[in-house]
Amino acid sequence: MATTHAVDQGSGQYQPKGKGLVLETVAAWALALIWIAPLAYAVWAAFHPPEFSTRFDLLAPLTLKNFARAWEAAPFARYFLNTFVLVTLVLVSQLTLCTLAAFAFARYEFPGRGIIFALVLAQLMIMPDVLIVENYRTMSKLGLVDSIPAIALPYVASAFGIFLLRQTFKQVPRELDDAARVEGASGLQTLLKVYVPLGKPVYLAYGLVSVSYHWNNFLWPLIITSSVESRPLTVGLQVFSSSDQGIDWSVICAATLMTSGPLLLGFLLFQRQFVQSFIRAGVK
Amino acid sequence: MKRRQFIKGSALAAGSLIAMPSILRAQTATEFSFFFPVAVGGPITKLIDKLAQDFEAETPGTVVKPIYAGTYQETIVKALTAHKAGAAPATSVLLSTDMFTMIDEGAVVPFDDFIKTDEDKKWLQSFFPAFMQNSQTGGKTWGIPFQRSTVVLYWNKELFKEAGLDPDRAPNTWAEQIEFAQKLTKRDASGNVTQWGMQVPSSGFPYWLFQCFSTQAGAILANSEGNKIAYDAPAVIEALQYWVDLSQKHKVHPTGIVEWGTTPKTFFDRKCAMMWTTTGNLTNVRSNAKFPFGVAMLPAGKRRGSPTGGGNFYISSKAPRAQQEAAFKFTRWITSAERAAQWCTDTGYVAVRPDAFETPVLKKYAEGFPQALVARDQLPHAVAELSTYDNQRVTKALNDGLQAALTGTKTPAQALKDSQAEADRLLKPYQRG
Amino acid sequence: MIHQQPRSWINAWLLLLPAMSLLALFTHWPAVATIVDSFFSTPKARRQSVFVGPDNYHQMLSDPVFWQALSNNFWFALGTIPTSIALALLMAVWVNDRFPGRTFVRMAFFTPTVLPMIAVANIWLFFYTPEIGLLEQVRSAFGGRTHNWLGSQETALAAVTVVAVWKEAGFFMIFYLAALQAIPPNLAEASTLEGASRWHFFRRVQFPLLMPTTLFVLVNAVINAFRMVDHIFVLTRGGPDNATTLLLFHIYMVGFSFWDTGYAAALTVVLLVSLAVLALLQYGVLERRIHYR
Repeated sequence: MATTHAVDQGSGQYQPKGKGLVLETVAAWALALIWIAPLAYAVWAAFHPPEFSTRFDLLAPLTLKNFARAWEAAPFARYFLNTFVLVTLVLVSQLTLCTLAAFAFARYEFPGRGIIFALVLAQLMIMPDVLIVENYRTMSKLGLVDSIPAIALPYVASAFGIFLLRQTFKQVPRELDDAARVEGASGLQTLLKVYVPLGKPVYLAYGLVSVSYHWNNFLWPLIITSSVESRPLTVGLQVFSSSDQGIDWSVICAATLMTSGPLLLGFLLFQRQFVQSFIRAGVK
Repeated sequence: MKRRQFIKGSALAAGSLIAMPSILRAQTATEFSFFFPVAVGGPITKLIDKLAQDFEAETPGTVVKPIYAGTYQETIVKALTAHKAGAAPATSVLLSTDMFTMIDEGAVVPFDDFIKTDEDKKWLQSFFPAFMQNSQTGGKTWGIPFQRSTVVLYWNKELFKEAGLDPDRAPNTWAEQIEFAQKLTKRDASGNVTQWGMQVPSSGFPYWLFQCFSTQAGAILANSEGNKIAYDAPAVIEALQYWVDLSQKHKVHPTGIVEWGTTPKTFFDRKCAMMWTTTGNLTNVRSNAKFPFGVAMLPAGKRRGSPTGGGNFYISSKAPRAQQEAAFKFTRWITSAERAAQWCTDTGYVAVRPDAFETPVLKKYAEGFPQALVARDQLPHAVAELSTYDNQRVTKALNDGLQAALTGTKTPAQALKDSQAEADRLLKPYQRG
Repeated sequence: MIHQQPRSWINAWLLLLPAMSLLALFTHWPAVATIVDSFFSTPKARRQSVFVGPDNYHQMLSDPVFWQALSNNFWFALGTIPTSIALALLMAVWVNDRFPGRTFVRMAFFTPTVLPMIAVANIWLFFYTPEIGLLEQVRSAFGGRTHNWLGSQETALAAVTVVAVWKEAGFFMIFYLAALQAIPPNLAEASTLEGASRWHFFRRVQFPLLMPTTLFVLVNAVINAFRMVDHIFVLTRGGPDNATTLLLFHIYMVGFSFWDTGYAAALTVVLLVSLAVLALLQYGVLERRIHYR
């Protein structure tokens, strides 16, 4: 599973040449341009005055005013903090809980293992996103409505994470485990010393997926939060799409770039490592 | 869009006290909190903060705590949640159409309980009657108008001139509207429209814009008890037929659903010559239209007409009596002629009482910007915004029918008949009294 | 197996305890509670919640919006699942080759994943808007009929489907790319020696080896088909006349806009049952594949 081939081998013998390469390059570029069009438009609209948000004139003056307007329209500094706290909270708890559970599934024989694993996998399908009505009720019984933990809790025990890590841990050679035990390591110590380090690429890949999911999650935070103190960026962004005055694309685009900037930048900088970690993780 | 959205309270909203610490702290005899439907940080919050300070200065021993609760939808959710938790803010500004929901939930007290002096009585009589229609039912006053709006027609004077029309005169009647719009609609060689004569938004909450047509056709959609509607009356069908014909027959209005959010931008980009939208857009149009524009009353069918919209003050039934009294005083204070005039010039909302327009502040404002007076002139023709029990669903029934007719999947008569059937079913439980 | 004594059972249970209790609280319990609630009426200020038996389900049968949401969701799933998987595979095969600008292309494909749907939907709104939108500007340069993409019943659902495909294809591409690069290079060498065409190599070697990835991606695509509704809030709010109302959006409206929790529970049960059926189907296949390897 944790395959580590010479990375970026491309398609080897089948690397297209000549006409085929030209054709493929053109096609790939065409699709890529369509795919990046929304981002490209966001950059255009954000850096030009509103009257140019629907007109593409190369001589249009540049401006940073839209960012200033977006920043003033809502307490974005607070929303950034909330989102940051949220994704950190989610990620740390997910990694901890999923590691423990995955270890149990990968390396322990116990009665009911099959049934419990099936119960975990159920969440692959029945995600928290569809249980919004009941989860709202539970949160209000727990007195957690309108708090950051309330946004995080339903996602913390992640079936995806447990499943992924179980697969990874199962690939760890039994001899490594035995060696650690012989040296007198307990189950938890073995987990920390042997399994977790070997699962590093999986943790990275999973972490990136989790962060980008929760950074961008909208519906549940919208429902469960109501104050500035707990709302994440996505809910804050809604200020711009629900106004009496109609849509001002310049300011929305500025806000979009501003709020997804950190993620976008992170991805641009670590693009290579990101893809690599997926390859090493053998998520497949 | 959230201003139109509307909530039916239930035990689901029964939230926790923990979520509302600021209200709890505010609950002392002379201190009361007040929910206001605006997102934190905008320019409006500064105006409200200032008003609260001024009130405190003029009324020693009273402390007002404004809480900015977000959109109208979020504000009513919070107000009802707090109500069920037993710690409601003494007063909130909510949609005028929330009245029946608030009564249904037992969350509000009528203002009549606080009216004692002659002066109080005079104050209650001082508002535009059109605004009071959404504020009174069963002989009692449940809401006091504050930030209210209506629908008006905006037109591009340059495009009028190009089309050979008088740039200073908007259409006065339905027939004239079609005639103008035909002159204002331009097509390219292949028959595609490059400029529409007019545009009336129909996304999200088409019922509000439709109420303009139906009122102009002489119809009233709901009774004042909020438990009976008349969606399939002949005049209503006629109104919808007129709207559908604008695009299908006369081809002066875009086909299909016209998005509310993009309509102003289409107008700014000179792609439509006339648009119908809220008076709340006045400031936006003023700062973004790069051409001279006019604002006019909507054209008349059998009569002129538009619904009102926007928010009212309500007083909570759960707040202690002393706080209710203080909140009442605050409401009276903030809706005085001078402050209504100031609020109108600061925000663009319609001043809620006629005498506000006689104040020096507003007179001066109107001199430089006469378009601001159109909303006032139209108010005598305005009617209550559609509001019933189970409001969200009953209006959705109409929205669905309107969109079906506008997209051509049903005839106006069939669409409205279906809407009527659905609304009848929904309102049945409320008709036994 | 080394850990089979009762003591290690306890250890295993302790390891599972935190995750399982949260799963029970926020997945299993609410799923069961939803089923129970679907047999009760919605509590109101003046009326307590009472047992109503199958009333909510009867209401559902006669609720045209529910049926439309169900059929919309079916077409939405059919539009997004195969398209996004096929596109993801195509993208992965492309960026697995070496060609000028490959890094840019790969980044372009992936950007939708890091942009919040709620914000990006506003940009798509600009693309689709008649008169001033991007598609309209492109059209006016090339000719053809003008069209109101989101504002007509025939194309609104297709338009929101395209946005969903755009959003998820690049994400799935990463998984395929990882899997493609993990295929041993000697397989391609052997295949060329046999003189197999590229298409043949893809069909007979690569595609079968990618099967586990395809199944994994399929699970995700199915889930997304039921949970991607963020863009509906901005683009259409379910209109025109419910043409783009998906099941989860309908549940949101009934539960949090009409506050009819009993009926919302019944609707949720339908969604849960659909997902459970699909889960069972896929679980069978998925587990077999994993053992197979």
